[in-house]
Amino acid sequence: MSSVTLRQDYLRYVVLAGLTMFALLMLVPFVIVTMNALKSPAEYAGDGPLSLPDGLYLQGLIDFWNRVDYGQKLLNSLMISGAVAVLAVIVSMFNAYALGIGRVKGRMWLLIVFLLANTLPHEALVYPLYYLSKEVGLYDTRLAIVLIFVVIQTAFGTYLLSAVLSSFPREVLEAAQMDGAGRWQVLWRVVVPMTRPTLAVLMVFFFIWTWNEFFLPLIFLISNDNQTVPVALGVLQGQRLMDATMSSSSALLGILPAILFFLIFQRTLTRGVTAGAIK
Amino acid sequence: MTTGTTALPGVAASEPPSRRRPDAAPGGTARHSAGYFVYLVPGLVLFAVVIALPFAMNVWISLTNWQGVGSPEWTGLDNYRRLLADDAFWASFRHNAALIVAMAIVPTALGLLLAAALFDYIGKKFGNGTVAALRACFYLPQILPIAVAGVVWGWILNPTSGALNASLETVGLGSLTRDWLGDPDLALFTVMVIMVWVQLGFPVVIFMAGLQRVEPALYEAAEMDGATWMRRFWHITLPQIRPEIYVVLLWTTIAALKVFGPIYVLTRGGPGGATNVPAYYSYQNFFERTQVGYGAAIATVLTLLIVALSVVFLRIQRPAEEA
Repeated sequence: MSSVTLRQDYLRYVVLAGLTMFALLMLVPFVIVTMNALKSPAEYAGDGPLSLPDGLYLQGLIDFWNRVDYGQKLLNSLMISGAVAVLAVIVSMFNAYALGIGRVKGRMWLLIVFLLANTLPHEALVYPLYYLSKEVGLYDTRLAIVLIFVVIQTAFGTYLLSAVLSSFPREVLEAAQMDGAGRWQVLWRVVVPMTRPTLAVLMVFFFIWTWNEFFLPLIFLISNDNQTVPVALGVLQGQRLMDATMSSSSALLGILPAILFFLIFQRTLTRGVTAGAIK
Repeated sequence: MTTGTTALPGVAASEPPSRRRPDAAPGGTARHSAGYFVYLVPGLVLFAVVIALPFAMNVWISLTNWQGVGSPEWTGLDNYRRLLADDAFWASFRHNAALIVAMAIVPTALGLLLAAALFDYIGKKFGNGTVAALRACFYLPQILPIAVAGVVWGWILNPTSGALNASLETVGLGSLTRDWLGDPDLALFTVMVIMVWVQLGFPVVIFMAGLQRVEPALYEAAEMDGATWMRRFWHITLPQIRPEIYVVLLWTTIAALKVFGPIYVLTRGGPGGATNVPAYYSYQNFFERTQVGYGAAIATVLTLLIVALSVVFLRIQRPAEEA
């Protein structure tokens, strides 16, 4: 009996060791990029990619930052993603208010139509959007990208919020109406405050999804001053002008904001998701 | 966490909102319901301008011969006939099938095993902290913008200065160095491995969240009866998180069909078209070859494929959930 338990325990440690090895393997690219972003070109040439850096050599990062005007790219990405997050949540809320609480006629069809915006490959929209934006003078502006992604993100937001609002407690709505509140007031004073955790989660998703987008920003933001972080890095990757340490610097500068958001938003997400689960 | 949690509300929301109380706006009358329609106006107008009109234009363009300037010349279904005979087009779909394996099938299968092992094998003995740390490691690649993931791997795999070949030299395995992304026989496989790395965290997180729902008593009873881990996995874990499996498969398959960023950053469809995919092929026709009509036809076919696939998945999923 006890020898069986012992053998089972032993097996558990073997499985744990295997999983840990696998998990560490997943991290290798992150580690190797970080190590080499902090080396001088001479050090990389001399010791190769596997050695630990001798000291903190930040010149590669600084050079890359200045060369691509990385501060501007960060600002562009922040402005675009922030604007999309806020606007898309507002439009989603309006849609969901009509579909989930207002229960307008044909809401299932409307929901399916909205979802199309999320399902269509962007390639099936890109050329007309490119053409139309040139016609109205919005080509190569951040505003064009904001408008497009507000619609694309709203699709998912409408879907999620309609489901949430359709189970919104009717008594609360009726009580507010008894007190003489109109639809507009009910929306802002009752519905929005009560769904705040879900709205926060949506906003986080929209921000990160928009930050990560590549294809449409690549087409629309062609001038250096308008480019987002992924576009700037992705376009540079094609050029063979950069040495190894500068390339790893560029990779590290792309990784850092993502990890930062992850850490900041982790709390909102866990809180929001559990709040949703309890409801 | 980006794509991670999205599918969960999807599962929760797949029951249509109307079931509980048909057509009752607060106040209950049709007049009230019509008053809410105003709130749909901004969403519908934006949708019409950014989605409906461009998509209709794209379908129309696909029926013409157009260089992007001047007026398009109506050619009917010519572009689609040309597609059928275009080897590069079929090759791009074969590569896409390979990427469905790498982005949907392998991560789902591997994710199931990992999630189950972490949840009811490792977690029970070593605690939640260990499990959370391991899960975070698997998930980390998912937080990167896909273009940045491409930059990371593009650098590691660079044949002359990249870390992988340099490492192989350093440890005396110089004979194994390859032009990982530049060798036509190897490039697609290399991209597949990278995409498994990118995608794996998504199913792991979704499946582990799904496993929280499973009644612990089920596992305890099975364990009492002496069921092996494999049997419990097969007879309890899999059926219990079937909704999550469907959602993950659908979501990742669509992502694989749409894949563009990694191809652009890693290989630009090359070498010699060895890693081209429909999304990238349509981009090439739009913006490099200015064969806009042909590019639009490729994009339309891709759209039809994705919509058809979504419908089929939802059809299968419905009865499965009701069963």
